[in-house]
Amino acid sequence: MTEKAGNALELSDLSVAYRVAGRNRAVLRNLNLTIGQGEAYGLVGESGCGKSTVALSVVRYLPRNGSITGGAISLDGQDVMKLDGEALRRARAESVSMVYQDPGKALNPSLRIGRQLTEIFELGGIAGQAATDRAIAMLNRVRISDPASVMQRYPHQLSGGMQQRVAIAMALANDPTMLILDEPTTGLDATVEAEVLDLIALLRQELSASILFISHNLAVVSKMCDRVGVLYAGMLVEEGSTQDVFNDPRHPYTVALLRCLPRGGQRKDQGRLDTIPGFLPGIGADIKGCAFADRCALATDRCRSELPPLYDLGGRLSRCHYHEQAQALPRATPSDVAAVAKAKSEPVLHVEGLNKTYASHGHALRAVKDVSVSLRPGETLGLVGESGSGKTTFARLLLGLVPPDEGGSIRLEGKVLAPRLDNRTDDQIKAMQIVFQNPDSALNRSHSIRHLISRALKRLAGLRGAALQARLDELIRSVRLTDRHLAVKPRQLSGGLKQRVAIARAFAGEPRIVVCDEPTSALDVSVQAAILNLLADLQSKEDVSYIFISHDLGVVRYLSDQIAVLYLGRIMELGPSEAVFSGPHHPYTEALLSAVPKLDQTETSRIRLDGEIPSATHPPPGCVFQTRCPRKIGAICETQEPPLAEAEPGHSIRCHIPYAELARLQKPAMQAEPA
Amino acid sequence: MVFLGGQVLPGNVGRAILGPFADQRAVDTLNHTLGVDRPLLTQYASWIWNFLQGDMGTSYIFRSPVAPFVIDALGNSMKLAAVAFVLVVPIGILGGVIAALNLNRPLDRIISLGGLSVTVLPEFVTGIILILIFGVWLRWLPISAAWPRDAGFFTQLYYLILPSLPLFLVLFGYIARMARSGMIEALDSDYTRTAVLKGLPWRTVIWRHVLRNALLPTITVIATQTGYLIGGLVVIETLFRYQGIGSLIFTAARGKDFPILEAGILTIGIVYAVATLAADFLYSVLNPRIRLGTDQ
Repeated sequence: MTEKAGNALELSDLSVAYRVAGRNRAVLRNLNLTIGQGEAYGLVGESGCGKSTVALSVVRYLPRNGSITGGAISLDGQDVMKLDGEALRRARAESVSMVYQDPGKALNPSLRIGRQLTEIFELGGIAGQAATDRAIAMLNRVRISDPASVMQRYPHQLSGGMQQRVAIAMALANDPTMLILDEPTTGLDATVEAEVLDLIALLRQELSASILFISHNLAVVSKMCDRVGVLYAGMLVEEGSTQDVFNDPRHPYTVALLRCLPRGGQRKDQGRLDTIPGFLPGIGADIKGCAFADRCALATDRCRSELPPLYDLGGRLSRCHYHEQAQALPRATPSDVAAVAKAKSEPVLHVEGLNKTYASHGHALRAVKDVSVSLRPGETLGLVGESGSGKTTFARLLLGLVPPDEGGSIRLEGKVLAPRLDNRTDDQIKAMQIVFQNPDSALNRSHSIRHLISRALKRLAGLRGAALQARLDELIRSVRLTDRHLAVKPRQLSGGLKQRVAIARAFAGEPRIVVCDEPTSALDVSVQAAILNLLADLQSKEDVSYIFISHDLGVVRYLSDQIAVLYLGRIMELGPSEAVFSGPHHPYTEALLSAVPKLDQTETSRIRLDGEIPSATHPPPGCVFQTRCPRKIGAICETQEPPLAEAEPGHSIRCHIPYAELARLQKPAMQAEPA
Repeated sequence: MVFLGGQVLPGNVGRAILGPFADQRAVDTLNHTLGVDRPLLTQYASWIWNFLQGDMGTSYIFRSPVAPFVIDALGNSMKLAAVAFVLVVPIGILGGVIAALNLNRPLDRIISLGGLSVTVLPEFVTGIILILIFGVWLRWLPISAAWPRDAGFFTQLYYLILPSLPLFLVLFGYIARMARSGMIEALDSDYTRTAVLKGLPWRTVIWRHVLRNALLPTITVIATQTGYLIGGLVVIETLFRYQGIGSLIFTAARGKDFPILEAGILTIGIVYAVATLAADFLYSVLNPRIRLGTDQ
């Protein structure tokens, strides 16, 4: 391979099309992009805008129906499209690597980790013990402890974070010049995400690879990349240094995307999130002028007829005729909310001493331990914690899907609920409903939307005939669907619309409490903003309470009145949202909060959590968090489990460190945190 | 079930054996000797108990122990099944793999459509057509599976080719289809993408990464079909006049020889169960997720 000084990756006028129903539909349109040696370039945009297609084109691994219809890809000076089979194989082996979402699927389930690593070295003629040594060295490099034993394991025996480290080790094994990371941390816990991002940042200093970082998560990109490009409908609409683009965007789409995120501790009673009206043009859509014109409040006739060029704004580019006005983009959703005067009322839900123990291979697995919370009408309880902390089990206990251990009690409007769903009355069942993360699997594919919602109305509200029709109309209006949507099947709807259907269904029986289990995690930020607004509106209108589970702390903060932080089935901290977020907080909460990448790059000193969440079958003695706690004070943490003590009225923390001391320790960090 | 059906259905055993003109007292005596006048549960218990000890009872018609008949017939059926199995498994898998590697190209269409068409034809139809082509018209193969006495291994094999072909045709479609869909799924998977992007040669990708994962579901299908191979042979064995367990059961059913019928069917049940067990075992050996359980 010839070493050429120059760009690591150059896309010139790249066009890619997918063949659907016998017609080529454009996915990428004349895309120009360069990544310099050692540079980290971020590519952002909503799903369907062509981000992954860029990555797959570079490695020439487009789906069967995809083809490059024009332009050139130059990787380290080589024209990728001219490579024949063998040369392409060598390029993949030596100069470009890729890491993508869902490491559990990216590793071969029936081969040991060791084998999957050594085969890379065997390609380069290193075999046997030498290959094993190199593989172990590589695992060391991605900070895997005890690499020799990991080599012997199968992928399913590793946690998600470990799997992604292995995938990164495989990608970096041959010291590639170009590393493509396609949503590498999507689907990982916030703390694991932070670890993986730290690792990538560290490896960047050690290795020479240039990085193409693809993510829908703007904050992650802002943390990792030097330059960023915003992709919309297969076109670059804005490009520039990360700092410039995120702090001073010059394209209405970038402006709108940034406004969709709940930022700076924004809360539902302070205003609605902004949204982006309409939809991304479908693939292959015929675009005359600016692709974003239909969704842009600034658009004029010129925008609809004349495709804006990429205006050069001195080191940065924007594909907008009116780039200097971009930030004046009017809001799509009015911010103002009607102030609701909340009367202090009796809790709608009161949970006392709830426990759930599973038997797991002869060990007791305490999935939920001694959880007591209460929830007022019209309020939201946010549940926060890593996977395995018991959030979902707690929700299942409330809904009666699994019975809790003897002893605890769940009261709904003062009445004790039967532990099992079968023994609850119809009224009690319809009073508590759930919205799942993935509306695809929650909606029956073979029924129309009308059927799905009507059925819920019949079953939960007992409505028939005209009354049903009237309520159906009212319900779909309130989730902002139209009659047009009623006739179609779920697969014809986008993810956001499907989630609206799921919400409509949950609200059919006029519930008192809706459990929202990661309802926006699978959605794009613009759609997420719309769903969060919808949930907030429905709440203020119907006085319904939410149990809101999410790994996205910004989202939890926006919607929650109370927050419960869970760790190994125990509540570590419980209190009003503002108090929990602004602190002083439990060391675990502190670590969770500091793991969240922030858009404005004000990286406060991050608190790293070592190791993984311990097994719930063998929780550590004393305080369960002591094995990972950065503020551990000594022997007392290892021997005595601290009580969940009330630190200030309504705000409880399970920690041996006194509240005043926590406040003193966390003071500098709290000041650095943006208000 | 079969035991119940055999013993409870109308039809007096003694009467059936001795004929309509026999003396009622003789019938009663015979029934008593055979033990069929005892309560049903007692009969069932003693039958199972004896079966487990290798005593399958005594044939009503041949007046001799059932076991040798069943064992001989099972041996013959297994020979036939083995020939069909050895033919269909590799060829079926190969067909599926080739089809998947040539997805939506003519070769794939030929294999998929051809496999499906022969699978839906019942084996007595294909059997007769094959007999007509190879036995009567081309005269390449013997039309009866009954080989001469003292025939050696290859002669027996020669006689078994024609009867095993209809079985092959029935199973080929199933196995090729499963192998094909397993391959397509594995080829589309992220781990295959990882392997390709590592720069591994195509052959290594297929052999090391794709095949093992792709063929796991096929193994289950093959195992359930093994039961069919042993048990579903009634038609074929009758057609080719082959002394297998299928034709034994068929003859026994016609002659109301319940001990042979029951023993034959129980034997098939056992073979089926063993085959399924073997498949599960093989599956777990090949699939580390089951073998090692989930730690997380």
